[in-house]
Amino acid sequence: MSAQLEIRDVSKAFGGVQAVARLSLEVPPGEILSVIGPNGAGKTTLLNMINGFYHPDRGRIALEGADITRHRPSQIAELGVARTFQNIALFKGMTVLDNLMLGRHVHMKSGVLASFAYWGLAQKEEVAHRRRVEDIIDFLKIQDLRRRPTGSLPYGLQKRVELGRALALDPKILLLDEPMGGMNQEEKEDMARFILDVNEEWGTTTILIEHDMGVVMDISDRVTVLDMGQKISSGSPDEVRSDPRVIKAYLGESRRA
Amino acid sequence: MIYRTAGQFKTTYASDQAIFPIVQDRVVVTLALVAAFVVPPALASEYWLQAVLIPLLVYALAAIGLNLLTGYAGQLSLGTGGFMAVGAYSAFKLSTAFPHLDIVAVFLLAGLVAAGVGLLFGIPSLRIKGFYLAVATLAAQFFLIWLFNKVAWFVNYAPSGTITAPDREVLGVLVTGPNATSGARYVMALAFVAIFGLVAKNLVRGRLGRAWMAIRDRDIAAEIIGIRPLRTKLLAFGISSFYCGVAGAELVFLYLGSAETLAFDVNQSFLVLFMVIIGGLGSILGSFLGAAFIVLVPIFLTNAPHWLGLNMSVALQKHIELMIFGGLIIFFLIVEPHGLARLWQITKEKLRLWPFPH
Repeated sequence: MSAQLEIRDVSKAFGGVQAVARLSLEVPPGEILSVIGPNGAGKTTLLNMINGFYHPDRGRIALEGADITRHRPSQIAELGVARTFQNIALFKGMTVLDNLMLGRHVHMKSGVLASFAYWGLAQKEEVAHRRRVEDIIDFLKIQDLRRRPTGSLPYGLQKRVELGRALALDPKILLLDEPMGGMNQEEKEDMARFILDVNEEWGTTTILIEHDMGVVMDISDRVTVLDMGQKISSGSPDEVRSDPRVIKAYLGESRRA
Repeated sequence: MIYRTAGQFKTTYASDQAIFPIVQDRVVVTLALVAAFVVPPALASEYWLQAVLIPLLVYALAAIGLNLLTGYAGQLSLGTGGFMAVGAYSAFKLSTAFPHLDIVAVFLLAGLVAAGVGLLFGIPSLRIKGFYLAVATLAAQFFLIWLFNKVAWFVNYAPSGTITAPDREVLGVLVTGPNATSGARYVMALAFVAIFGLVAKNLVRGRLGRAWMAIRDRDIAAEIIGIRPLRTKLLAFGISSFYCGVAGAELVFLYLGSAETLAFDVNQSFLVLFMVIIGGLGSILGSFLGAAFIVLVPIFLTNAPHWLGLNMSVALQKHIELMIFGGLIIFFLIVEPHGLARLWQITKEKLRLWPFPH
């Protein structure tokens, strides 16, 4: 079994709209895969099916050989799939530190009774996980924001904190839904650097949806193009760039626009 | 100046995550707690203990309970009175059926029974949210009160339908029943609220409390980081109801002495909810402040005309009292929608810099 994540013949319809149709995709460990396509191509639906928000109408999704098609989101998180959202889903009233500590939730064991007393087991655990969270804070260079409520941060930093929360899960697979949406050039470059560093340092498999073609072509190992819920092309950035079907469906149109 | 934190460096994560990271806070809270145990029983009058301090402590415990559920986990509940009634009636049944059972154990077991009932009525929370959940918990409130009215077994077939606190001792001192001194009952209530306040603080700063707040702030995001919604919400209902149950048992055993279901009607639910809202949602300190506000302000208003030397008819005074009380609630909610706890936090921030604000 070479593929870490295997999507086999998956379909999903909402009413009469076929969001994803008979899509197959294999992602080997450690790959950075970009999923691109025009609006409504089914990219976010694909991510939502991988992490269990939607269950496909047909087909099968397997993580390291184990079927996760019908798993709930929290179970899939426990198996090591983390994600970020297009429109940021941080816990706005809580501090950056608490958001990241929440990312450690699945790795923490202390139950209700241990928390009652706190001193002892629960405290030891808190401190151990705090160490890991501090590593991530250093990695993302957000040391000065620890105690800030995430709701008060500028947009680009919120995106960064959300990436941090996903990283705190120590994910095997990272799903990023438009990590650079709405960012300026500098922020985009920072984020691209973080994604590459994560991949290099921890070998995290990364699947990202992104509209910025420059970034996509630069950082991806492989690019998959969706249109109307179907895979129309897949391959290295160069191959995809020169594929006439892609140019017709997507790049060509956006160039003219 | 008062809150000068210069020179207080945190060298371990454990000290950074302490309940009171600032030294001054630790000192003040410790002193206040010791004083609370020693001073009122020795100095306060019977009236102050019985009519002010004991209800204040009992309601503070109930408010902490509801705050865990509504303030931290974001699940709106109007069933507090019902859950308190479960605690009270369980404590009554337990203490009369097992006369030798220690009264502390009775309170804790009564809390556990209430927790079980709370869990049961928390199940709908997986599917319904917000106001709709509030209506579902309101059903719990009415059903439970109806049950205790209807089934005479709960009151040991007393024709009056009331439950009465029997005489029980802790360490040889009478703490419940008609012959217990108010000082002893006060210390008992204080001990419970101090310990369970601390436990609540521990809960909310750890793994479970964060999970609650995550569910409250963004339940979808909570799920994708591996928090199980049903389990987390049910724990909130269970633990919250435990607190309310113990508070309900205390209400009868330490404060009222005897009670019927009327003491736990829906007004009680609203009263505790107001305490939580005024004190501050998502704050343990706020639970105390809110309880103090709701208990103390009416007493203050009742006595104010007398202190001012005004002569008013009782009816007029009562009406004015209600008007001012309502006005104050609205005033505080406009000034600081996040409650008294937030006001205190702001004050503290200011005090750190005072008297040199720049």
